[in-house]
Amino acid sequence: MIQLKNISKSFSSKKNEEVIALKDVSLEVKKGEIFGVIGYSGAGKSTLVRCVNLLEKPTSGEVFVNGENLSAMSSAKLRETRQKIGMIFQGFNLLKTATVFDNIAIPLKLTGVPKADISKRVTKYLDIVGLSEKHHVYPSQLSGGQKQRVAIARALSHEPEVLLSDEATSALDPETTHSILDLLLKINKEFGITILLITHEMHVIQKICDRVAVMENGEVVEQGAVIDLYSNPQHGTTKKFVNSLFPNDIPNEILEDLQKQGPIIDLTFIGTSTDKPALSMVSKKFNVHTNILSGNIIQLKDKPFGKLTAHIQGDKSETDKALAYLQNEGVQVNEVSKK
Amino acid sequence: MTLLEFYDRWNGVIWKATIETFQMVSISLAIAVLIGLPLGVLLVLTRPNKSMENKYVYQSLNVVINIVRSIPFIILLFAILPFTKLIVGTSIGVKGVIVPLVVYTAPYIARLMESALLEVDRGVLEAYEAMGIKTRDIIWHVMVREARPSIILGLTIAVIGLIGATAMAGLVGAGGLGDVAYRFGHLRYEPEIMYVTIVILIILIQGIQSIGNRLAAKVKKD
Repeated sequence: MIQLKNISKSFSSKKNEEVIALKDVSLEVKKGEIFGVIGYSGAGKSTLVRCVNLLEKPTSGEVFVNGENLSAMSSAKLRETRQKIGMIFQGFNLLKTATVFDNIAIPLKLTGVPKADISKRVTKYLDIVGLSEKHHVYPSQLSGGQKQRVAIARALSHEPEVLLSDEATSALDPETTHSILDLLLKINKEFGITILLITHEMHVIQKICDRVAVMENGEVVEQGAVIDLYSNPQHGTTKKFVNSLFPNDIPNEILEDLQKQGPIIDLTFIGTSTDKPALSMVSKKFNVHTNILSGNIIQLKDKPFGKLTAHIQGDKSETDKALAYLQNEGVQVNEVSKK
Repeated sequence: MTLLEFYDRWNGVIWKATIETFQMVSISLAIAVLIGLPLGVLLVLTRPNKSMENKYVYQSLNVVINIVRSIPFIILLFAILPFTKLIVGTSIGVKGVIVPLVVYTAPYIARLMESALLEVDRGVLEAYEAMGIKTRDIIWHVMVREARPSIILGLTIAVIGLIGATAMAGLVGAGGLGDVAYRFGHLRYEPEIMYVTIVILIILIQGIQSIGNRLAAKVKKD
C-alpha cells in the first residue's frame, strides 16, 4: 500500500552544514496492516512519515502509495492523491475559530464534496469517533483526547485508504492514549484503512501494530513482525526499547554470587506458553529450586508475551535437564551473563 | 456666550467636519485594506522557509514598505502631490487627500497583517496542505480566518492612526475635525472649539477601540 524506496533527505542548516535526516530508507506497508515506526527523538521518524505525502520532499528516492508514484506527480495530481491519504498530528491542528462541525465540513467543502453530502458525512464520522454531542462546540472547550478524535474524524471524512499518524498520542495522558489507540484499531478493522504511525512509545507499538521498524540516526536498523522484534531483538536500539519494558538490571556482584549455585536465565514466553506454570513444574520434576528475580507479562496486539529472569539452583546435571524441559515446553531460554 | 449660542454657531461646522473625517477614514481604509492585506499575505508567504519562499520579492517589499513608513504623513502629503494629481486628477479636497492617506496606511496595514498572519499555527496550515487543499484556499480559509482576531485588532490600530493623519488633511483643503481645531481653535484663537473637537475625537477613538476589542473577542474562540 505504501512503498518507500531508498528515501534520503537532507536539510541545509543555517551554517550551511548539511544535516542528514534520512539515509536510504526503504519500507513497505501492506494493505490493511498497522505499521509502526519507533525511534528516539531526532531519529528521523517524523521526517519519514512526512515524506509519505510529500509534506517533506525527499532529496532522493521514490514514494509509492497504492501503486502510484507520488514523487513523479504534477502538483494538481498530488493534491488529488493527498485527499486519499489521511493524516493526524501530535498537535491536532484544528481551526481554533471554527466549531467541531466546521472543522470537518470546511476541508470537505474545499475538496469539492457536494454540499448535500457534507452534513451527512460530518455526522457519520463524528458518531464513529464518539463525539456526536459536540457538533457546535469550539476546540478550546474540548480535552486533548476529544481534539484528537475530531482530527481523526476530519481525516476519515475524506474516506482515505491510508492514515498517517505523526505522534498522534504523544501529547495525551496514558488513559486517553489507550482510548485513541482503541479507536485507531477500530477504524483499521472496520474500514480496512492501512495505518502508518510513528511513536517513541513501546506500548503504542505493542497495543496496535502488526509490524514495526526501528529507526536510529535516519536509518531503519531493524524491522519485522512485532512479536519477533520483542522476543528476539537484534540491534542495540531495539534491545534498549524492549529492555525498557522488562527492567532487570542485576548488579554484577549479585550475579556472580548466584551463579555459583546455578544458572541465571531469561525465559521468554510467547502466546500459549504464557499460560503454563512451566517454572513451578520444573521444581517439581527435577531436583532444583527456582527463584524469580524479575518478570513481566505484556499483551501484544494478538498474543501475550512475557519475560522472566529466574535463578535455578541445583546440581549442573539437574539444572541442564530443567533447561531442556523448559525449551521443550515452548519457552525461549537464554542464559544471563555478566555485563 | 451661552451653550445654546455656542451650539447654534458651531453645530454646522463640526457636523460637516465629522462627516468629512468619516469619509476620509472609511474610503482610504477600504482601499488601504485591499492593498495592505494581500501585501501582508505576500510578506508571510515569501519569507524564508515559507511555502513560496522568494527572497527578492520579500526583500524588495520589505524595503519599499520601510521607505514609505519612514516618511511622516505631513511630508508625504506634499512629496507625492504629482502622483496624487496623476491618479485622481486633483491634489486638493477630500478626493486629493485619499491618495496620500492610502499610500501612508497601506504599508502600515501590510505590516499589521503580516504580524497577525504569522501568529497562525504552522501545523494547521500543514494539515490542510496534507488534505490536498489548494494554496489560495488555505490562505483565505485557514490563514486569514484563523488570524481574524489579530487582524481586527490591527485594523483598529490602523483606523486610529488614520484619524490622526486626517488632521493634516486641512492643509490641502479636505477639511475634517483636525482642520476645524487648527483653523478655528488655533489660528483664530477660539480655544472652546478646539476643546470640543478634542472631546469628539476622544469619544470617537474610545468607541472605535471598544468596538474593535469586542469584535476581536467575538471571533476569537479560545
